[in-house]
Amino acid sequence: MTRTTEAGEKTHRAAPARRRTTAASRTGPSHRSPGQLLRRATPWLFLVAPLALLITFTYVPVANMIYYSFTDWDGISPDRNFTGSDNYVQIFTRPELFRVFFVSLYYLAASGLQIAVALYFATVLSFNLWFRNLFKGLLFFPYLINGVAIGFVFLYFFQDGGTLDSVLSWMGAETDHAWLGDPASANTSLAGVSVWRFTGLNFVLFLGAIQSIPGELYEAAQLDGATRWQQFRHIIAPSIKPILSLSIILAVSGSLAVFEIPYIMTGGATGTSTFVIQTVKLAFQFNKTGLASAAAVVLLLIILLITWVQRRLVPDDKVDLV
Amino acid sequence: MGNTKSLTSALLAVAALAVTGCSGGGAPSTETATAPADPGKATGSITVLTQRTDLVQSGAMDAYASEFNKVYPKVKVKFEGLTDYEGEVKIRMNTENYGDVLMIPASVAKNDYPKFFAPLGTSIRMADRYRFSDKSAVGNKVYGIAQFGTANGFVYNKALWKKAGITAWPTTPDEFLAGLEAIKTKTGATSYYTNFKDGWPLVQWTTNIGSVTCDENATNKLAGPSSPWKQGSELQVIDTLLHDIVKRKLSEKDPSTTNWEASKTKLAKGEIGSMMVGSWSITQMQDAAEKAGRNPADIGYMPLPVLKGDGHCATLVSDYQQAVNVHSEHKEAARAWIDWFTEKSGYSTEEGAVPTLKSAPMPSTLKDFVDNDVTFTERSETETGKVNDIDNAAEIGLNKPDYRQKLIDIARGAQKGSLDDYFTELNKRWDEAAKSVGS
Repeated sequence: MTRTTEAGEKTHRAAPARRRTTAASRTGPSHRSPGQLLRRATPWLFLVAPLALLITFTYVPVANMIYYSFTDWDGISPDRNFTGSDNYVQIFTRPELFRVFFVSLYYLAASGLQIAVALYFATVLSFNLWFRNLFKGLLFFPYLINGVAIGFVFLYFFQDGGTLDSVLSWMGAETDHAWLGDPASANTSLAGVSVWRFTGLNFVLFLGAIQSIPGELYEAAQLDGATRWQQFRHIIAPSIKPILSLSIILAVSGSLAVFEIPYIMTGGATGTSTFVIQTVKLAFQFNKTGLASAAAVVLLLIILLITWVQRRLVPDDKVDLV
Repeated sequence: MGNTKSLTSALLAVAALAVTGCSGGGAPSTETATAPADPGKATGSITVLTQRTDLVQSGAMDAYASEFNKVYPKVKVKFEGLTDYEGEVKIRMNTENYGDVLMIPASVAKNDYPKFFAPLGTSIRMADRYRFSDKSAVGNKVYGIAQFGTANGFVYNKALWKKAGITAWPTTPDEFLAGLEAIKTKTGATSYYTNFKDGWPLVQWTTNIGSVTCDENATNKLAGPSSPWKQGSELQVIDTLLHDIVKRKLSEKDPSTTNWEASKTKLAKGEIGSMMVGSWSITQMQDAAEKAGRNPADIGYMPLPVLKGDGHCATLVSDYQQAVNVHSEHKEAARAWIDWFTEKSGYSTEEGAVPTLKSAPMPSTLKDFVDNDVTFTERSETETGKVNDIDNAAEIGLNKPDYRQKLIDIARGAQKGSLDDYFTELNKRWDEAAKSVGS
């Protein structure tokens, strides 16, 4: 349930970019001529396009959303009335709006499992094994499939007499269970789909981090007689700590903001509604765009808060192995 | 850090722009869109937004347009089929560019119609000529003309019901349930199919409001703290029937993975006994029967199993209403298209639907209804705007699947609660919302 690509890239690319700008400003002399002004402006000229895109497609919509959250707009009507903090008061005084966060616990538990599985395979496959690359490919493959397609595939998978039931019956277990039929098994099934989909991504992140550990360390450890577990415990685990904590942050925020899989597979029926599904329904089903915007703002704040707390608890100290 | 400062101020400027700008919508025009008396005078190119992507792709719409051009040679009609009609049109209506002719999306508040659509005529004159005209009447003007209407009841497989030994329409909910029971035990078919997963077929139950008491004002009566699920009310009878069907396990075993497209073939083949869908579905079911090599005549349609006096009632409700964009440059041509399409194109006959034109006869798909003297209750929709406001405020969604999905979950024990508690809760939510909206 984690969307790690963007964040992952950012952490990798931010550093060199910053270094370049500081270097440019340091070399700039104190007196200004037109040529030098242009030179100063150069980094900004390069930034115009990305900044324009960023502002148009990220900050303007967010600003709009925050503005809507203080109105009673229905999403269509040309009139909207300013209602002050009314929407926020509603969100915090209606307990049923927050009850859906319990569903997130299923996904949170699932992402714990997901990180453990990904970490295990990343560790195992970072050593020399037969068909290593094949297994890597197999594990990463689900992440490449479109989320909507996954929803449909698994809808057939969980169907009455569908793939899961037939596989179980080949193995002799005759089940007559409607997998998406009651809240507990439906949420577990959906969380399972989510694990299937996102393990590959975590796996690739971990694998990348593990492979950046210099090989001599293992050799030295082996000479000292360290077992595989000790190698993991004292070499691998500490060196991938930043990636691990990033994965956990993304897992938590991802679990709070689950949407695609349950929306496509059950539409939020049978107690599988998540906070985002509920927000979408408020906005597009009951035409309460104002209230839904407020809910979206609240979710954003909750995720920011959790990230901040987590950063406080696990500070991102520099990894230095050698 | 200078960078952060300038970035922040840029963002603030943008935010301020976003807040102050872009709240569109000009002054509503009060000029009535009328078709010119002389067809040769209507000119211009008009765009028609439609939800029937299938007809646009198959070329059926273009065929209608070329027929239309025989009468109005100077009007060019273009079609834009939108798959997610409601969603896309809703967003486009924030601009002025939403076609010349469009179907009024359900999410537009009725009182906002004058801001978006050109008036088509006065209520009295339109009501003389067309059915369903009060659905889009605001003030004393009408803003939309229905494409066609549908009668409501259950589509069922006649052969299968006969096989189970039932030939007459059930007249009480208990008889209906007994019938479903007989189908289940004698034929092994799924007696009733909820279409739970797709959701929208559950909404069809709501269209029957009015069939129980044969009251044309049934929906108008919901516009207030009326406890819609109180004992003996329309919704109580309708929803209790659905609840009992599921509770007695007369519906499909796993509702969470149903499939509408597949259900058509299953009903045609006699693997499903009945479904609650509007009469528009009859032609689709007959098609499915033909494709599956079965007899299309096996597809039957029956009214809600409730008698009023000694006969059944079936509500007639309007499909999408066609309207003229208030910003359209060619309102005359747009109106000419709507009039021609509603009255002369033969579209509603083709679809086996109830014609909008009052003088036109009922379609052949409803022959059973006409032969058995089913009373057609043409439901008044004058208070729909207010009913929708209450419904949205209460977050119940009479025209959304969610609350019936929960009803079904309660009936099959997937969620805690009892029917009575649920009705009490719904009544409470409705009445409270009605008070807050009414104030």
